[in-house]
Amino acid sequence: MTINDIKDILKATYIIGEEHGEKEVHTACGSDMMSDVLAFYKDQSVLLTGLCNPQVIRTAEMMDIICIVFVRGKVPDEMTVELAREKGIALISTGHRMFSACGRLYEEGLRGGASYR
Amino acid sequence: MNDQIVLHYEIPSDDFTRAGEASSNVKKKLKKMGFDPEIVRRVAITMYEGEINMIIHANGGYIDVIITLDKIEIIFNDSGPGIENIELAMSAGFSTAPDNIRSLGFGAGMGLPNMKNYSDEINVESKIGKGTKVYAKILVTKRID
Ligand SMILES: Nc1ncnc2c1ncn2[C@@H]1O[C@H](COP(=O)(O)OP(=O)(O)O)[C@@H](O)[C@H]1O
Ligand SMILES: [Mg+2]
Repeated sequence: MTINDIKDILKATYIIGEEHGEKEVHTACGSDMMSDVLAFYKDQSVLLTGLCNPQVIRTAEMMDIICIVFVRGKVPDEMTVELAREKGIALISTGHRMFSACGRLYEEGLRGGASYR
Repeated sequence: MNDQIVLHYEIPSDDFTRAGEASSNVKKKLKKMGFDPEIVRRVAITMYEGEINMIIHANGGYIDVIITLDKIEIIFNDSGPGIENIELAMSAGFSTAPDNIRSLGFGAGMGLPNMKNYSDEINVESKIGKGTKVYAKILVTKRID
């Protein structure tokens, strides 16, 4: 799956980073708590979140996440967008809520990466 | 690379929006030096959680990072309120963070547990009213897990 595929599946729009659209993504996670995101250090490529502050970008940066999906139609402020641009992270926004956004991507074959023990 | 590289970062007291700049800088440097991406990620996350803690719990402080070919050490120092019960603070889910911090995406009580998971050695020393010192060491060997 690519970032463009995610955009299509979620009927989303790019905030920035369309040029990264053909990059492959392997696993995703969805959370509003950044420490939960940080708890799985294995390759994660996509973060779905309803949170819109610069720490979302920082968290993605630390994790080598290349795409952030903002759910419920959210769009972060200019400072947050600028930080993402600097880090080369694609930002997209979808009208779906968290549960359905994750569900749709899962249905299309995207997985969580971390196994439940 | 020289025998050892030492980096020093002053962490401002209350600027949550800038939290993570120091960790980002270290990450960039380690990447450039050619360390394994997984090692770099572990260092970055450990440092980031510590940096965030310093800002939300301790009014800032400073961080020293010592880089050698076989290990990376991160030493966090602050003069904040200190931690009353270190064992409790290290347990998953324990947090004294106020609601406004939680609404910013932190305060799930997973910071110290994450730092412990990602480092090969961690040591927390704290004195109430004096401050907290956290030492974390990450060995530069690939983990098999
Ligand atoms: N540098 C620090 N100074 C004072 N207290 C701290 C510090 N770091 C952590 N703590 C205490 O330990 C608790 C657990 O920390 P952590 O696991 O990072 O969770 P969180 O930051 O989400 O609350 C914090 O809620 C706080 O009470
Ligand atoms: Mg914390």
